Amino acid sequence: MNVLKTTLPYIISGISVGGQYALIAIGYTMVYGILRLINFAHGDVFMVAGLMMVYLAASLPLYLAIPLVILLTVLLGFTIERVAYKPLRTAPRMSVMISAIGVSYLLQNLALYITGGLNKNYPQIPWISDRISIFGMETSRVTVITPFLTIILVIVLVQLINHTKIGMAMRAVSRDFETSQLMGIQINRVISATFIIGTFLAAVGSILFFTNYPGVVPTSGAMPGLKAFVAAVFGGIGSIPGAVIGAFIIGVAESVIKGLDTILVVNGVISEQIGLATFSDAFTFVLLIIILVFKPTGLFGEKSTDKV
Amino acid sequence: MSEQKKILAVEHVTMQFGGVVAVNDLSMEVREGEIVAIIGPNGAGKTTAFNVITGVYAPTNGRVYFDGDCVVENHPHGKMKKSYLGEHADLYKLVKEPTPDQLTKLGMARTFQNIRLWKSMTVFDNILVAKHLKRSSNLFSAAFRFNRAEEEKNRREVLELLKIVGLEEVKDELATSLPYGKQRRLEIARALATHPKLLLLDEPAAGMNPQETQELTQFIGQIRKDFDVSIVLIEHHMDLVMDISDRIYVLDFGRLIAQGVPEEIRANEKVIDAYLGVVDDAEN
Amino acid sequence: MMQTRSKKNAWLAFLAVLAFLALIFVLDQIIKPTDRLGMLLIVLQKGAVYALAAVSMNLLNGYTGLFSLGHAGFMLLGAYTYAIFTIPDKSRDAVYQYYDAAVRFSIPEQLSRHMGGFGTALGILIALILAGAVAALLAWLIGLPVLRLKSDYLAIATLGFAEIIRALFQWSKLGPITNGSNLLKNFARASKFKLEIAGAKLSLSTFVPVLIATVSITLIVLIVNSTYGRAFKAIRDDEIAAEAMGINLAKHKMIAFVTSSFFAGVSGATLAMVLSIAQANNFKSAMTYEILLMVVLGGIGSITGSVIGSFLFVAASEWWLRGLDSGKFLGIEAPNIFRNGFRLVVFSVIIMIVVLFFRQGIMGEKELPDLFRKKKKTPAKEAES
Repeated sequence: MNVLKTTLPYIISGISVGGQYALIAIGYTMVYGILRLINFAHGDVFMVAGLMMVYLAASLPLYLAIPLVILLTVLLGFTIERVAYKPLRTAPRMSVMISAIGVSYLLQNLALYITGGLNKNYPQIPWISDRISIFGMETSRVTVITPFLTIILVIVLVQLINHTKIGMAMRAVSRDFETSQLMGIQINRVISATFIIGTFLAAVGSILFFTNYPGVVPTSGAMPGLKAFVAAVFGGIGSIPGAVIGAFIIGVAESVIKGLDTILVVNGVISEQIGLATFSDAFTFVLLIIILVFKPTGLFGEKSTDKV
Repeated sequence: MSEQKKILAVEHVTMQFGGVVAVNDLSMEVREGEIVAIIGPNGAGKTTAFNVITGVYAPTNGRVYFDGDCVVENHPHGKMKKSYLGEHADLYKLVKEPTPDQLTKLGMARTFQNIRLWKSMTVFDNILVAKHLKRSSNLFSAAFRFNRAEEEKNRREVLELLKIVGLEEVKDELATSLPYGKQRRLEIARALATHPKLLLLDEPAAGMNPQETQELTQFIGQIRKDFDVSIVLIEHHMDLVMDISDRIYVLDFGRLIAQGVPEEIRANEKVIDAYLGVVDDAEN
Repeated sequence: MMQTRSKKNAWLAFLAVLAFLALIFVLDQIIKPTDRLGMLLIVLQKGAVYALAAVSMNLLNGYTGLFSLGHAGFMLLGAYTYAIFTIPDKSRDAVYQYYDAAVRFSIPEQLSRHMGGFGTALGILIALILAGAVAALLAWLIGLPVLRLKSDYLAIATLGFAEIIRALFQWSKLGPITNGSNLLKNFARASKFKLEIAGAKLSLSTFVPVLIATVSITLIVLIVNSTYGRAFKAIRDDEIAAEAMGINLAKHKMIAFVTSSFFAGVSGATLAMVLSIAQANNFKSAMTYEILLMVVLGGIGSITGSVIGSFLFVAASEWWLRGLDSGKFLGIEAPNIFRNGFRLVVFSVIIMIVVLFFRQGIMGEKELPDLFRKKKKTPAKEAES
């Protein structure tokens, strides 16, 4: 009972963080499914969304700032694809990946220039930032909302992919890029749509994520971005439910490890803090390597064989 | 002929992908100095058989002997145990799955259906790399050039090989800038540079015109003499096959449907049916 | 005839390198770090370190075609190994303020007790090799599971390993060895390197890092041009063909990975030597990305390209574009635009332009000597025909 009581708060905040990662992870997994590209810039787009919120909320009321942030983020994602990835459509995959790293570098440096490297305080969003108490513990409302909002968005997205024309085109393109092109699917429209959906979810994710954190710095996007990507790989890249489940697992694991010292001390397993929280980020990668070694295609990934 | 030593023997090899049996209970052999052809319609499992022999795929069941030793062995196990559709499931007990490079070291070398030359390298370097497997140097002795004598010997041998196959004057060109026929020739030369006892050619005449095919036929004959190798080839050009092969195996839907000398195959009705296609209903 | 020509080229290259080292030695004496040209020394030092890091990355990413992003992690291992084993006894307790230092052994100091100045130099050399060896050992351990992975998965797994290493080195329980999240300092550093001849003190603070990089890069060039280097290229061009021609993929990928990591470790050690500090938090994935961009700038698959790319990268970001950060650039004064961080923005735009429009980089797959050779070859060829 004591174990549960000490662990539960970490699990709940972990589920919330997992939901935020899930929203970013979907962008990774969809883009990878279609372009076979690790979009290294995705985490930075997420950070830019956070910064835009900081600046826009300073001069506009929130009910205007929030939609505007989402709109501008989507525009950014769309533009990045058109400028940095589209010209490399026929280039080797390594070139596109390098271009993605270049965009990530540019966005971070741009953010550094604009903010002067200072921590920018994220605006308080009424209602969702409010403190509430559940199961006798104090937390903010956003922690509770996030997982539900995530699930709703994912259900809508899955419906979109399964039942609309553009969704069908996406599935076709991710299965076989060239054949879909020959069948008359307009590849560029499908890819743009993928980036638009991906960045939309990242923008929503950024609002939920940064509300729980004191502020935004230029490197704020790097770690959540990497973790979300790991979540996508963990779940089986290309699979949306996989990415979401992977994200929740990683979010919970991260949060529990952050509190593992306290949990172990309270339950008398160890007598003093041993600094395991240092590994909260690294553990994500331990999970990644374990899954890659034992099931390289992830939990829900499909196997592919090379033809000789 | 039958007193000649077997260089290759394939025993009950079955290759199953999911529910598809690509090669079904294939047994065949190649004796020293022979040229053996595998023919059959598209999708008959010829290249898959090649890939099993050369270690690219581990077979689902069966054995491969090379130069007297069993080099590949497998039996349906694990998940495959239940879903196995082939025969002789209980014949073998061991699992022996060498990687292709190990088999190449034993003396097998192959070419590919879709040419696989190293595109950033010159013709000369493409062949020189094939000498790597017989090296006596390690990373340090190679970096500090203690292997200079070996290196020079290799370069001389490559040059000599290029002369024999008639690619000497293009030795400094990029491999991929050569015309198609010469690329095929280069791929064969590269395989020969590993000093194989058995050479496996996967559709060496694909995409060639009759004159090039004619030249290739002579070239293969010359190789057998000059390099003292046995040859297995997959081919669709029947002129070439009938002209050059000592024996022929015919595959259809993964199964061996006929084997024999060219005259026998030419007259075999099953083979003719397989190539021309038979309407099942008409027969029944 | 071919033999004599390649021998002649080797001699020419050797002499060129010797002349370059002599020039660096002279610069080290005539330029003082406080001079207006002092920036040149810093660029040379850092440029040399990054050139080695970039070349070692190129060995893996460019020559063997293994897209690995773990470089910063191996550099970290090298930097820490070097730092830990060269902290002198008397400074150790000051460095490990909060911990009881576990390694109480400075290699250069121990050796200098027996052999004097030569012992110090030898000790630093041993510490450098040890730095490379630790990185190589870890690469071997990591390589066993991850080298089987396909391109993007390998990239992300190696990136992950670098992050794990960084976390591990900051863990408080390892504090007695790594000093936890605090930095390591007071170890053998470039700014203190001096040569005493007949009472004259000659500075070696630029010469030594450049020498380390030169020797290491020469070793990599020798490997690339050996039979192993050709096998690596074969793997990059077509893995299946390479395997069919008898190249053991697992073994050769491992050799490339371990070798690359060894030199990454040495470059990390040299970086610590140049910066005078080692701190795990500096070895983030951003460092790997920067090195990758240097490789791209110079041309993937060209060693001279990587060297040129690194020096340009360092010179541009540390020196030439400085004005963009401090209000005045090319005579234009615009303090509102040219303020802190603008340099990096301009710089990343330049890099994006290279990535998008000059994908070959500066050198493509060519090496510097190829450029001279081309000019001579054309008339010779005409004469033949």
